[in-house]
Parts: sequence; C-alpha cells; structure tokens
Amino acid sequence: MLRIDFNSLRFLVVDDNAHMRRILRTLLHGFGAREVYEAEDGASGLEAFNHFVPDIIITDWAMPIFSGLELTQMIRQPDGNATPYVPIIMMTGHSEKRRVTAARDAGVTEFLAKPVSAKGLYERIVNVILNPRPFIRTKTYFGPDRRRGASSTYAGPERRKASKADAIKNSIVSDKVRSTG
Amino acid sequence: MPVKKVKAAIATYGDHEVIRPENGLRGYASDVPDAGEDDAVARAEAALADLSGEFGNWMDDECERLDKARNALVDRGISESSKMALFHAAHDIKGQAATFGFPAVAAVADSLCRLIEFTPLMQRIPLTLVNQHVDAVRAIHREYSRSDAIDLAAQLNRKLRDVTDHFLIEENKGRPDVIEQIKG
Repeated sequence: MLRIDFNSLRFLVVDDNAHMRRILRTLLHGFGAREVYEAEDGASGLEAFNHFVPDIIITDWAMPIFSGLELTQMIRQPDGNATPYVPIIMMTGHSEKRRVTAARDAGVTEFLAKPVSAKGLYERIVNVILNPRPFIRTKTYFGPDRRRGASSTYAGPERRKASKADAIKNSIVSDKVRSTG
Repeated sequence: MPVKKVKAAIATYGDHEVIRPENGLRGYASDVPDAGEDDAVARAEAALADLSGEFGNWMDDECERLDKARNALVDRGISESSKMALFHAAHDIKGQAATFGFPAVAAVADSLCRLIEFTPLMQRIPLTLVNQHVDAVRAIHREYSRSDAIDLAAQLNRKLRDVTDHFLIEENKGRPDVIEQIKG
C-alpha cells in the first residue's frame, strides 16, 4: 500500500474565501499534514511562497489583487525566482475547457474542479509527487509539459521542432529547495 | 526560509528545452505492505464531517455576502468593483454550495456568474435578472429543508437559465465564439 508522508510536506493554500481555506486545511490535516500555510489573495500568496518555500501550492483561481492564474505565472519564472518548479494545484469553480486550457498554459500542474472532495485532492497530491511531468521552456512558455503522455497512435504534425536533443546536460539550475537544517 | 539548489537534467532541442528537475517529493512516498486500516482519505473525510456542523452558518454567511454585493451594485450603480464583488460572491457559492450540503443552490449561482461574465457591456447587465438570481439563491437556501426543495430549485434554475441564455445570445450577436461558450 502506498503511503505519503504528509507529516513532512509543507503546503501553501491560497484562497480569498476563509471558509474554503478552512476546508482545505481540515482535509490536509486529515491526510496527516502539519505544515499548512495560508494566504488570502494572490499577492500575499506570492509573499508566502517566497517566505515559506512550500512543497505544494493549492490555489484558487478567482481572487482579488491578482488571480491564481497570475500567481502561477509569477511563480513560473525560471530566472527570477527560487522554486519555479513547485507543483501548483489550481482549484476552482471554473471547469469549462477554455479555463482548463488557460490554467494549463499558465503552468498549472493539476486542476481540481470544485466542489472539492478528499479523494480528488488526495489523488492530485499523489500525482504531483509520483508522476511529475518534465518542464518545458520555450520563448513563450515555461511550465509542466502540457502533453500528459506520449501517444503511440498520434498521427498529427510534430509541432516541436527537432526530434533529437542537441545537447543534454546535467546542471544546477535556479531551482532551490529548503534545506533540512 | 533557507533553500538549497537541486539538480535538473536539461535536454536542449531546436526551439525548446525539456527540463527534468530532481523530484525531491518522491522521498515522501513509500510502499507499506502492512498499512492496516490507515486510510488518509477516510481520515480527511471524517475530519470534514466533524466540521460540517459549521456549514449551515457558513452558507448563511455566503448568502449574506451575495446579498450585500447585490445591494451595493443596485444602490450605487454598476462599476467594475461592484460587478466583480457580485461575481466573486456568486462564484464562491457555486463552488462551495455542494460541499456545504446545499448542491441545488450552485446552479443558480452559476447562472448569475454567466450573466455577469458574458454580458459584453457591464452597464447592460439587467438588474431585474440580477435580483431574481440573488433572491432565488437565498430562497432555495432558506427553504432547503422542504421536501420539494430540490424540484423547486431545479424549476427555478431552468427558468432563470433560459431567460439568461436568451439575453446573453441577443447581447452577443456577432460573437460566435462567445455564443458557442454560452450554448456549451
């Protein structure tokens, strides 16, 4: 049986609605998490992101000052921020396809439609831990690979140019994680 | 909070890079053969059930917030801020009503969100229709214990949705992409 050590994970919940923050905190504590930080809008969410260095961010979409989408775009700055790869779970009442596409294009890792359930939230957390997607960097995009998986039956055009890596390197990049000390 | 660097493998292609950051979170997952009855989801559901005694009051709060936003918009006229306050209040009800145990309220709140979002000129948002939506949300919530509440809510929502969609289609003539979204 798979077990996630929630006790060691650090979460940041960004939602302008106090009731929804309380629900999320209750669910995360129920999973076993101890460190759950909260922010009530996109601006304080960004500040909390830089201060607490969370392992996983759960954010609402529609918020004052700036939205969850804008918060995601600000976090996905590989040259200007400490942890641009942090998993971001976007939780929202918007479930229309165009909204999902916009969230994906902003760099959201997982999308969770409201109403939230313990099972739905748990599955998305497990997914970002066990099945992280590689990140793609182009001139116009930086974020998780928007292709969920390789399709062996895909017959359309190859939109990404060059099928072979020009160079593969192991590198220390600007990503940082909190030290244990 | 102190941070340390992690490694990432970067493959560079013609017009993009594929970056595989070290997965620091993988270490928090383990395979436990004898986990017994430990079920994180069940524990979280139980914790939420313990909290559910608060949900009725929370729904009251949300309905009151919607009512205040409506009154501000009607009394002082539509502005970007009053419009967005009403939208956020309706949007939160749409997202939370089911969690709070009032799923039949969500559809009317959704219809109000659509009315606000898809009316191209905010000054054209019909206040009568706004009032009808807000009053419907509050009435459905207030009468939720009635045995026929769900049916009445569905009828009310159907009517409001029909009127709203008709209005929105008229307002968005010449904008086929928006009409496609409205028609879903």
